Amino acid sequence: MIIRSPFLRTVRLGISSLLLHKLRAFLTTLGVLFGVASVIAMLAVGEGASESAQEQIRQLGSQNVILRSVKPPEDQQSNQDVRVLAYGLTDSDRLRIEYTYPGVRSVIPVMQVPEEVRKGTRVCRPRVLCTRSDYRDATGRVIYEGRFLSELDESLEEPACVLSYEVARHLFPFSSPVGETIRIGGEYLEVVGVVLPRGPVGQVSIDSSTEVGGDIFLPLSAGRRMFGTTQVKMRSGSRDITEVELHEIIVDVRNAADVPMIADACRAMLDREHNDKDWEVIVPLELLLRAEETKRIFNIVLGSIAGISLLVGGIGIMNVMLATVTERTREIGIRRALGAKRKDIVIQFLVETTVLSGCGGVAGVALGLIIPAIVEATADMPTIVTPQAPALAFGISVGIGVIFGLYPAWRAANMDPVEALRHE
Amino acid sequence: MTLQAQTEVAAELVNVRRVYQMGGTEVAALDGITHQFGRGEYWSIMGSSGSGKSTLLNILGCIDRPTEGEYLVGGSPVSTLNDDQLSELRGARLGFVFQSYNLIPQLDVLENILVPVMYRDEWPPWALDRAKELAERVGLGGRTGHRPPELSGGQQQRVAIARALINDPDLILADEATGNLDTKTAEEILEVFDELHAEGKTILLVTHERSIGLRAEFTLKLVDGRTEEVVENRSS
Repeated sequence: MIIRSPFLRTVRLGISSLLLHKLRAFLTTLGVLFGVASVIAMLAVGEGASESAQEQIRQLGSQNVILRSVKPPEDQQSNQDVRVLAYGLTDSDRLRIEYTYPGVRSVIPVMQVPEEVRKGTRVCRPRVLCTRSDYRDATGRVIYEGRFLSELDESLEEPACVLSYEVARHLFPFSSPVGETIRIGGEYLEVVGVVLPRGPVGQVSIDSSTEVGGDIFLPLSAGRRMFGTTQVKMRSGSRDITEVELHEIIVDVRNAADVPMIADACRAMLDREHNDKDWEVIVPLELLLRAEETKRIFNIVLGSIAGISLLVGGIGIMNVMLATVTERTREIGIRRALGAKRKDIVIQFLVETTVLSGCGGVAGVALGLIIPAIVEATADMPTIVTPQAPALAFGISVGIGVIFGLYPAWRAANMDPVEALRHE
Repeated sequence: MTLQAQTEVAAELVNVRRVYQMGGTEVAALDGITHQFGRGEYWSIMGSSGSGKSTLLNILGCIDRPTEGEYLVGGSPVSTLNDDQLSELRGARLGFVFQSYNLIPQLDVLENILVPVMYRDEWPPWALDRAKELAERVGLGGRTGHRPPELSGGQQQRVAIARALINDPDLILADEATGNLDTKTAEEILEVFDELHAEGKTILLVTHERSIGLRAEFTLKLVDGRTEEVVENRSS
């Protein structure tokens, strides 16, 4: 079949020339194929990992500023038989923020109780968080069944609690926990609702024998009444008494733009009001920005590593094309004698390298889409293939084909026709 | 120099020298050749090995340039042409027939015949019909879909002749066109040249075989890169 379009004719000729050495063309294509596939797969794994990290940060609430109590270093504690340690955030810190800073929607206190949770013979040790009803609004926890804590629970010091899904499934594997009673420490509480789980954030206490993460929420007022703010730990020959009023304060900021300002104000206030550095300020928004920057660097590093394999593929193409040019010296001479211009020869060889790298690119994209799916299924690692990744990898592969094909093509075009015709 | 001064000149060489550097010394493959080839003439270029036949054909075919002197095709000097213009000239006005056929193995007969057309800026509407007609004419009308490895030497040379004719060139340059063929096939090819000559084509045939050279209308004999003699072959 005679093709009239010069470009299509050159493409067809390129393909038929490549088919003269099928194995060689196939092996050259493999270099590009694996390069493209590894670029896509690496970017997908990187994207998946950073997205899951960012999701965890997002779950902290990007409009929140989180203040946490931090236990001071050991050397600041007394060495007596009875060691008393009072540290961390206080109610007055919370009230100061609530009444001083404009732009704050709510300031939510959280107290953590280190108690075991039981239902019959089933035991677990999740985070027991004593807080208020607006905790759910600030953290975006979703109700699975029943309800979350209410203002009435708080004001009446109701012995009510809300379980996170993991805890609910552990304590009540076959039935709904709503309306049932569980025991926290020595106290009995009624389950009023279940919230859906979220990623592991903060310090989730997991008992080695009862490996269940998750949280239990109860009204702060009831928690304080039942468990107080003082915790006593018995050790051989000594007692550690620690008093922490609040383990966490979540500052829910109305406008995301105000988050850095509020965070700085909180830091300044805590610095002023606390003698020890027994607090830390976590700004999810800052973490998110930092995670995005890390992701960018991560992608560049992974992309560069994968790019090297593409480069190797490109060198393979160049090597093969140089050999092809030498082999086809006589053909180049014939074509030049029959009227081919230098640019015709350049285009002919560039089309061949582009066909090689293009075929490798297409196959590489296919493999590159399969690998992340396999990784996700077998290694339980999140992967995300963004639409840009295959396009980028394919574009680079074709670009590499052109770049690495230029020199062989230029060499072919600049052959002396007389010498080329003499070539055996 | 031409023996038929009244004939229009197809190609002209004016004091052409072609010098090669061999190590530190200069070797003149052509040493001051002045000659005219008239339109429609059939010339054989003869000489012993190293006499400069092939160098002369390369210059006549515009794939090499003279070191000194001027070469004119249809009255126009080629020294002023750049590489692209020379390529266009080769494709449009010259037809090559090589000793070893020089067909492109991955193309079939018809595509090989069309190679000089492929490098034109535009695809001429007559190209395909003409290619088929030429294939028919050289006796390969039934084998246009075959590739060179599937053809005999004589058939391949016929394809090469058809390819040389596709652009209706001013000059047909044949370099030992029958050198790789047996006597019978060589005779058939020479008959094709005779027919082309009879149709008014200008043919320059390089050969070292006297019997073949004598079939041409005229013979240009070269010795050491110089014109030894120009002979009108009365038998032709």
